[in-house]
Amino acid sequence: MTGLRLLAGPDLASGAESDANHSRRLGAPKLSGRALIEALASSGLTGRGGGSFPVGTKWRAVAAASKGSPVVVVNGAEGEPQSHKDRVLMSTRPHLVLDGAFLAAHTLRAREVIVYIGEEHRAARAAMDRALAERTESERRIARMVGAPQRYVAGESRAAVHLIEAGVATPTTAPPRSHERGVAGAPTLVQNVETLAHVALIARYGDAWFRSAGRRGAAGTLLITVAGGVKRPGVLEVEAGTTIEEAVAMADGPSGPASAVLIGGYFGAWVAAAKAWELPLDAAALKTEGFNLGCGVVGVLPAGRCGVCDTARIMRYLAEESSAQCGPCFFGLRALSDACSRIAERGANRDEIARLKRWVVEVPGRGACRHPDGAVMFLRSALATFADEFAAHPAHWRQQPA
Amino acid sequence: MRTALRLSIDRIKCDGHGLCAELLPEIIRLDDWGYPIIAAGPVPEGLAPLAQRAVASCPVLALALALALQPTAASK
Ligand SMILES: Cc1cc2nc3c(=O)[nH]c(=O)nc-3n(C[C@H](O)[C@H](O)[C@H](O)COP(=O)(O)O)c2cc1C
Ligand code: SF4
Ligand code: SF4
Repeated sequence: MTGLRLLAGPDLASGAESDANHSRRLGAPKLSGRALIEALASSGLTGRGGGSFPVGTKWRAVAAASKGSPVVVVNGAEGEPQSHKDRVLMSTRPHLVLDGAFLAAHTLRAREVIVYIGEEHRAARAAMDRALAERTESERRIARMVGAPQRYVAGESRAAVHLIEAGVATPTTAPPRSHERGVAGAPTLVQNVETLAHVALIARYGDAWFRSAGRRGAAGTLLITVAGGVKRPGVLEVEAGTTIEEAVAMADGPSGPASAVLIGGYFGAWVAAAKAWELPLDAAALKTEGFNLGCGVVGVLPAGRCGVCDTARIMRYLAEESSAQCGPCFFGLRALSDACSRIAERGANRDEIARLKRWVVEVPGRGACRHPDGAVMFLRSALATFADEFAAHPAHWRQQPA
Repeated sequence: MRTALRLSIDRIKCDGHGLCAELLPEIIRLDDWGYPIIAAGPVPEGLAPLAQRAVASCPVLALALALALQPTAASK
């Protein structure tokens, strides 16, 4: 399989593209410095790590905050269990990611580039190590690799900074935000690996070219992971604005009737299949519908699978992944998860559901990072999408494998 | 624009003593696990001295009171 832009080029099955091949195929980047920041701003590129924040705006903020010597953190933690797109990108097109990272370093006059990769993503790490060894001496001198622990919150930007600084991948209190004060007190640009790969292409072909892909008014392409009830689950590169139905068709279609789709991963939302099929995969368009593109996970729930039990399983995971620093997150998510488990195991209970509905209003916005906010948004979507199932749930969780 | 007082909590420092909710029940209540929930919006001017006292009494210095710019109807 190959893709449109980021994944264009040699067959992905042949592994990482070498520097020689990459340079021959794409040539050298043309834009850097101010011109690159302006191109990024007008391209409309937004971050692909989950927050969908405008990239040009972030680079401007780091440039303004740093009177010299910021730090660039390349975020390849990919802690979201259903997402695979970042490790596929690092394993197959490592030089696109490094191009973006060094363009950022050059443009912002960074003193250091830290490549932060999930420890369990071994093939991705090996490909990135080899790719870095192929770069110029002046690039290698400012770059180093740091492993991200296998925890959901380890990829959060201040958790990444904290790990790099102190060896602990737990978020810290904001403000200061990473782009104000991050690694060693320096303004720090934390950017997802896919975001940086797009930067590498915009620096070659410009912002108008970036916008020339995209459907239904959306700009560019994006990597998504199609998971669950489809015939060929995996990573795809699609034009922004592609509907979920079209993306699922590209994964050879649903493996059977589907009841709902989880859009955006564990920080995303369950949407009833009939509605989900028409939704465009685009950060801005999904936002106006009240959803999140997140890191681009499209998880299809087959009609035979119980949404309540899947929700209980994911809530348990998210509660266990709290870094246990903030009371409302640690105790709140545990309580939410316990209530979901009780409904899944013992059957529907009106009091439990009433409590859940109160807690999902009280918990968000009360942690040092957005972990509880994402988990609660996910649960709210489940309570809405599976309202009938929650209200009439039988005691059957143990029969359903994870 | 005008300025308004806002209460904020360092969620990592706060260990749910609940003292603040006792001193300032008008603005702070506790959730089911004993952690404070702050009412939305700025601190009413009349409550500023009490808010100050709650900040000073927090045993782990998790509570803070800061002046923030507040958009007025005219500047919106
Ligand atoms: C709990 C949590 C986990 C996160 N995990 C990741 C991650 O694994 N990879 C990632 O790129 N961003 C992750 N993020 C988002 C980062 O905080 C940050 O916004 C992102 O790396 C910025 O890059 P981008 O703007 O290019 O997306 C996470 C955020 C939260 C709240
Ligand atoms: S909100 Fe949760 S995950 Fe985030 S720092 Fe606090 S305890 Fe950790
Ligand atoms: S007094 Fe301080 S530690 Fe206790 S609940 Fe209030 S903010 Fe938290």
